[in-house]
Amino acid sequence: MTMLQDRPTDTKLISKVPDGALADKWDNFKANAKLVNPSNKRKFKIIVVGTGLAGASAAASLAELGYRVDAFTFHDSPRRAHSIAAQGGINAAKNYQGDGDSVSRLFTDTIKGGDFRSREGNVYRLAQVSVNIIDQMVAQGVPFAREYGGLLDNRSFGGAQVSRTFYARGQTGQQLLLGAYQQLSRQIGLGGVRLFNRCELVDIVVIDGRAAGIVTRDLLTGELTSHAAHAVVLATGGYGNAYYLSTNAMNCNVTAAWRAHQRGAYFANPCYTQIHPTCIPQADETQSKLTLMSESLRNDGRVWVPKNFDENRAAHEIPEQDRDYFLERLYPAYGNLAPRDISSRAAKRLVDKGLGVGPLKNGVYLDFAEAIGRLGRPVVEERYGNLFEMYERIAGENPYDQPMRIYPATHYTMGGLWVDYELQTTIPGLYAAGEANFSDHGTNRLGASALMQGLADGYFVLPYTISNGLAPLLNKTVPGTDHPEFKRVETEAKVRFQGYLNVKGTRSPDYFHRELGKLIWDYCGMERDRNGLEKALTEIPALYSEFKTDLRVTGTGEGINQTLEKAGRVDDFFQLGTLMCKDALTREESAGGHFRVEYQTEEGEAVRDDENFCHVAAWEWTGDENNATRHEEQLTFETAQLATRSYK
Amino acid sequence: MTHSVSNLTLKVWRQNGPADKGQFETHVIESITDEASFLEMLDVLNERLIGENKEAIVFDHDCREGICGTCSLMINGQAHGPQRGSTTCQLHMRSFKDDDTIVIEPWRANAFPIIKDLMVDRAAFDRIVESGGFITSPTGGAPDANLIPVPKPVADAAMDAAACIGCGACVAACPNSAANLFVGAKITHLNLLPQGQAERYKRAEAMVDKMDEHFGSCTNHGECSAACPKEISLDVIALMNKDYRSAKFKNRKQLSRK
Amino acid sequence: MSTATPTRQPVTATAVGTRKRRPLLLDLYGTAVGKKYAMAISGIAMMGFVMFHMLGNTKMYLGAAELDGYAEFLKKLLYPLAPKESVLWILRVSLLGMLALHLHAAWSLTVLNRHARPVRYQSARDYQEASLASRSMRLSGIVVVMFMVWHLLDLTFGVVNTIGTEGEYVRSEVYANVVRSFERWPVALFYVVANLLLGLHLAHGAWSIFQSLGWNNPRFNAWRVAFARGFAAIVVIGNISFPIAVTVGIVSV
Repeated sequence: MTMLQDRPTDTKLISKVPDGALADKWDNFKANAKLVNPSNKRKFKIIVVGTGLAGASAAASLAELGYRVDAFTFHDSPRRAHSIAAQGGINAAKNYQGDGDSVSRLFTDTIKGGDFRSREGNVYRLAQVSVNIIDQMVAQGVPFAREYGGLLDNRSFGGAQVSRTFYARGQTGQQLLLGAYQQLSRQIGLGGVRLFNRCELVDIVVIDGRAAGIVTRDLLTGELTSHAAHAVVLATGGYGNAYYLSTNAMNCNVTAAWRAHQRGAYFANPCYTQIHPTCIPQADETQSKLTLMSESLRNDGRVWVPKNFDENRAAHEIPEQDRDYFLERLYPAYGNLAPRDISSRAAKRLVDKGLGVGPLKNGVYLDFAEAIGRLGRPVVEERYGNLFEMYERIAGENPYDQPMRIYPATHYTMGGLWVDYELQTTIPGLYAAGEANFSDHGTNRLGASALMQGLADGYFVLPYTISNGLAPLLNKTVPGTDHPEFKRVETEAKVRFQGYLNVKGTRSPDYFHRELGKLIWDYCGMERDRNGLEKALTEIPALYSEFKTDLRVTGTGEGINQTLEKAGRVDDFFQLGTLMCKDALTREESAGGHFRVEYQTEEGEAVRDDENFCHVAAWEWTGDENNATRHEEQLTFETAQLATRSYK
Repeated sequence: MTHSVSNLTLKVWRQNGPADKGQFETHVIESITDEASFLEMLDVLNERLIGENKEAIVFDHDCREGICGTCSLMINGQAHGPQRGSTTCQLHMRSFKDDDTIVIEPWRANAFPIIKDLMVDRAAFDRIVESGGFITSPTGGAPDANLIPVPKPVADAAMDAAACIGCGACVAACPNSAANLFVGAKITHLNLLPQGQAERYKRAEAMVDKMDEHFGSCTNHGECSAACPKEISLDVIALMNKDYRSAKFKNRKQLSRK
Repeated sequence: MSTATPTRQPVTATAVGTRKRRPLLLDLYGTAVGKKYAMAISGIAMMGFVMFHMLGNTKMYLGAAELDGYAEFLKKLLYPLAPKESVLWILRVSLLGMLALHLHAAWSLTVLNRHARPVRYQSARDYQEASLASRSMRLSGIVVVMFMVWHLLDLTFGVVNTIGTEGEYVRSEVYANVVRSFERWPVALFYVVANLLLGLHLAHGAWSIFQSLGWNNPRFNAWRVAFARGFAAIVVIGNISFPIAVTVGIVSV
């Protein structure tokens, strides 16, 4: 094992991973966890914010147990959460294919995929409960793909040598979310859950060091309301929209996590963001989001750019000698199937050089001409027909006749609120689940693992850990919404929202979001370096002060006002963006999704620094986004072998 | 290569709340790239309105890749616009020509009251799912997933129905504001699967009864399926009708056994 | 609009509460789906009627004796097991009952549908699948009912048909009554128009039956529309052939 420098873990960052062998830790936890007697459960109120996979499954499960649950979503319906957009599938160590899969193999793959920057105990538990997730979802009626014999089908996915991915066409996320939504709906129907829809969290209330509740803004009326509870769960997703253009939905935002951060929750590894190599490139300045195309396309497509800078010919007119199949040239062993981060960066370098293709010269070709010649059009159509159709719908070009254009885009954020083994943040009583927490994916998430983690947290982890946290509170009074702190926070929020309306500048929130996104993408995107990050740390605050003085929000604070909602979210993205750059700057190594140009091998592979950076960076809010304090949770690997991530 | 569409006349419904009468407001888009999606065209218009110190047009949208079901809009008399099998967010400006007039209205149904401008409240759909659109299976008690084999054609047919995104285009397009395609899809999804059999008839009865509180009746026009972004077949309505009838008999039989 | 907005309440316990159960048929008829069964079943009954009505009338081409004899046969259905005309009356009453059910269901569904969209679309709709037939069911249905009333007054009660063989309406002389009636060209035209609308009604209605009753099987789904159109075509062609035959003189007294 690599020697770790003896650095202290911050006292607040005690992971609380139970004792025992790795495989026994979760069982040990469950054996020793405190329980709440069934008739006492209804004495506890739990707030769940967000109704995606993690939120809906947690709310439904907790309500089934007998807790009183208030669920909040800013959507019109819980079913709209962005978990719905996941395409590929969900991993589980079922070993139904008998191909050598096991809990410990899923554990190892996840740890290795995350480049040894995640917590062993959490990851092992994730692999363990993955098995239960599939059982649960099938029982709920998720129509997973089947073999002719009626048993579940699996496909293989990146970063694994076994087929352990369960899928429902290209809509796995949708089907899983509908499963969780239906279970949540059942509890709403029965009265176990109270649903607050079109209601956005605008602040967290902490009283005597414990989460006491939240303040929400009713998006339809603008009304600010306080809600008190014994525990608060944030299942509010990731912050990929900090980049403005990402594969996230338009309304995804960091506000809930950020407000929690400002109230004392540490924010971990904000610089860990994942880039997906096969997205449809930006088509024009009006573009509002990017669409992901399944990575499976690279199995048969060849990636290339023209050799000449002033190439004006249409793709099919460019002769072979004027094409640069750069992945095949640079990585002959892997060719077009080079790992996500490697191929993303290779494409970026060529586009930065000016060799990009398309009207905006911002993509690379993914060419199926050779595959169509080799396999015949019917085979290609059978394999990728639906993807080609989707591409044609968006890009207006027929991929059978001309090559697709692709470019990498942000689609997941591994960083998030720091949580311990019980998914509790550094604020007691405040939990974070799903993409909103940082816990399981290290610096890089494997494909088909996001759905797994969301459901694991919501269905199989939180119900145990929350009971453990609530048991000691039995028959103790907790502050109600009449506590002055609630009123104070409510007033603060009111002042903040009125503030956006009062600036009366000239630029819309979208303008600032777009500009901020460009800065973060340029300096804290696929590749980062010291100079760029330092530059970003002066440019972002400059833009932020412009935001504070030149923002224009039309309309009023009463009634629905989407411009005002957006202003609040962009405000938080500014502060987060600063922290992302800061985190990227201070992590002087390259690992997974965090690639520092200064730390790479000659072949462009990431160089990790286990000596100095085998830790989680958790940031503490100090009242000023430019001066957050960095804390460290040391990561120790007892089972997994710290090794250089290699796909050779 | 990029082209642009020019001189579009937009007639957009503006309505300042549920009680307001509302009217069309005309805007001219001088030019927009045909790569822009329909909603991005509205984004551009909204930026302009904010620039003119006016309130932005309110409309529902989120994922912009055709899966969340948040976006809506009646565009030139068609739910989700002229492109078949897609949502408004997937409709691109290349579907329009220079000098076109585009009329944009919110979805209209008693069950979908207008909140503001183009935004409507589709909560009635949630109420229907809450009434029975689930399989009761509390967390933790599930048997091994492969214990219940599901024939592939059945799984595929269930998936076809489960593809529904709950956008409400079926109701909007239906001349009677009926929700039979939505409810039929959910009932078909769950009632075809072996896991859904225990509650099959209870589900059909509860969901249809709840649907009746909010929506009109099906007269088999087929507009719902034509407007459906997931092209869900009218077959799901037939299956719902069949199961509802059976439910009326079988539920009574079951209840009388008690 | 800054007048105080009431606080929105959370959604909960939406599926709690016991349903009150009415007698089975009433319970079934209580919902829109149930009313559609009623429409479908009464539709089937009336489809049977129009088909046999048309088939019976083709006796006209065999001459007066055949048609009048057929009418007599109908009166003696199941005779002597049942008294004369009893079966015919049972059929008549049942058909009237079916018609009443069809009309009541149609009327209440129309009310429901109007209520389901109190504010219409303010711009023109661009229908994709809804056909002329499906969208004119109400109109075609109303015309057919009005036609039926006329038809009964004309050929059953003779109220508007006073020119039988002897210059007055004789009930048993079915053949003569028909011919005399159709010799008036506006009447013939009305019969043709009404039957075309009946065809339109059937072309959608006969297909809808399958959907409403849930008779659905991917193997025969393609035939459902074909069946409805074929059925409608046969009934219409048969029915309008009678006034046309009289008008052009193929059939005469």
